[in-house]
Amino acid sequence: MKRYIIMRLLATVPLLLSISLLCFLFINLIPSDPAEVALRIRQTPIITEDAILQVRQELGLDQPFLVRYAQWLWSCIQLDFGVSYTNPARTVLGEIGRCLPTTLSLAGFSLLYVLILSLPIGFLSAVYKDSWFDRIMRGVVFTTTAMPAYWVGLLLIWFVSIKLDLLPTSGYGGLEHLLLPAFTVALTYISTYIRLIRNNMLENMREDYVLYAQARGLKQRNILVRHILKNSLQSCITAIGMSIPQLIAGTIVVENVFAWPGIGKLCITAIFNRDYPVIQAYVLMIGVLFVFFNLFFDILQYAADPRLRQGKSHA
Amino acid sequence: MSCVLDVANVSVGFRQKGGVLPLVKNASLRLSAGQCLGILGESGSGKSMLCKAIAGLLDENFTVEGSIRFEGLQLLRQKPEKLRRLRGQKIGIVLQNPMSCFDPLYRIGEQMEETLAEHYNAGRRKIYTKCIEILELMRIRQAINVLAQYPHQLSGGMLQRVMIGLAVALDPVLIIADEPTTAIDSISQHSIMQEFVRIKEAGQVAMIFVSHDLGVLSRISDDVMVMHGGRVMEQGRAQDIFANAQDVYTRHLIEQHTAVMKRFCAAISPAV
Repeated sequence: MKRYIIMRLLATVPLLLSISLLCFLFINLIPSDPAEVALRIRQTPIITEDAILQVRQELGLDQPFLVRYAQWLWSCIQLDFGVSYTNPARTVLGEIGRCLPTTLSLAGFSLLYVLILSLPIGFLSAVYKDSWFDRIMRGVVFTTTAMPAYWVGLLLIWFVSIKLDLLPTSGYGGLEHLLLPAFTVALTYISTYIRLIRNNMLENMREDYVLYAQARGLKQRNILVRHILKNSLQSCITAIGMSIPQLIAGTIVVENVFAWPGIGKLCITAIFNRDYPVIQAYVLMIGVLFVFFNLFFDILQYAADPRLRQGKSHA
Repeated sequence: MSCVLDVANVSVGFRQKGGVLPLVKNASLRLSAGQCLGILGESGSGKSMLCKAIAGLLDENFTVEGSIRFEGLQLLRQKPEKLRRLRGQKIGIVLQNPMSCFDPLYRIGEQMEETLAEHYNAGRRKIYTKCIEILELMRIRQAINVLAQYPHQLSGGMLQRVMIGLAVALDPVLIIADEPTTAIDSISQHSIMQEFVRIKEAGQVAMIFVSHDLGVLSRISDDVMVMHGGRVMEQGRAQDIFANAQDVYTRHLIEQHTAVMKRFCAAISPAV
């Protein structure tokens, strides 16, 4: 177990290095001069060649690519992501630190929606396969999977906030501000997990251990919950591990629809302003989140499954 | 001897689009305590289906017609809950593929205790002691360790013993063994057969023993029933059928078995 964790941790190092290199490379391929954009954002009246050169020097853009990458990487390791090009008074770390909690509350609430809704619906759809409930849910799953989040968000705003006047249309505030955007983010995941749990359960129902559990005269409810559900959730662990960073990254569209002041909104603004340090830090952060959540849930699955945990003692 | 199981004209079908696909046609059998019926047939012959029908293990996708009387009780008219109470207690069941019959996420002990707790009104301590007794009866050494193991840590033969142990644990009246020796190696097979012979010779239970292996069946069966394509081809005393089969298919099976045995004997002792 300890050995497994150490090996997995070591394996993340090259992965993280490649993520950082790609992230730096792609952003530097954007075909516009960040120095020029920075001058425009700072509302410099006349942009001259001299001014651009000066800003380039100031932002360190006159160095060769690899030198800049190495400098950036080294400061990233020290958690220094530089200052915003457009607003030199603010550090990138400070900006992310300011926006991250609001995004996390949104993502956390979405995850809550996902768990509370998909688990019982998926379970019941499998148990009452082909019943009216299962049929309706299958329809709902197909429809919601096909609808893009920003459109669902707009529909919800129109219906719940404007027509019914139940919840605020947008902005950041208490629980009532959180309900709609979190549901919008969660919707695709709810559908995915309903389908995943339902199909996993149906697959498990055909296993020999279920037949034998029936042959032993166990109660159907015990077989469903103790055996089939537990085995089905086993394979959901990794999927949930990947969904958490996806939820955090996936808020980007919804945050803009609902004017939610999180890192998604920060990132979109940074993209419009060619604010390289902010974009780089955002992409790197999401990449790191993916790597570590994946690692964490793999270890969790390793701990939860006796077959992985102990290996075969009798071959 | 009193009749434990009386199956008359049972047909099993599978519901599908455009009608019912027949799987077993008009099978009948009678069993008394201490008696063992061997059902012989290749895969797809309907022998497992017949067993599942008797045990009430078929879901609503299947149709079962005829009459299945167990200790005078008409099983086909019982509620699922009543059948569930019978299974694991009065009807012990042993399945093939012991490696996949246990839930991989629970220890052997947990699965045994769970089964006993369902049918046996006793405290945890007593159930635990009973589990150890069962394993010792099945001649499993280090019973306490085995209880703490997960299914993947035990061999197929060992798991098969656990299954047999559970099947006989609560003094059943009927044991249904569906290909219990098919998925395990031949050395374990031999000792598993010894357990079955031991149970049969105790004379308390009626037994249905399903196999496609003539050699295995000839060791334990009093009566034999040969199935092919869902039909019962031949039925009678084991010696009669092995010595003097009337049906073409049965003769074919016996001839093939004898031919293989001859080749095997020739291979291990070429001088003879």
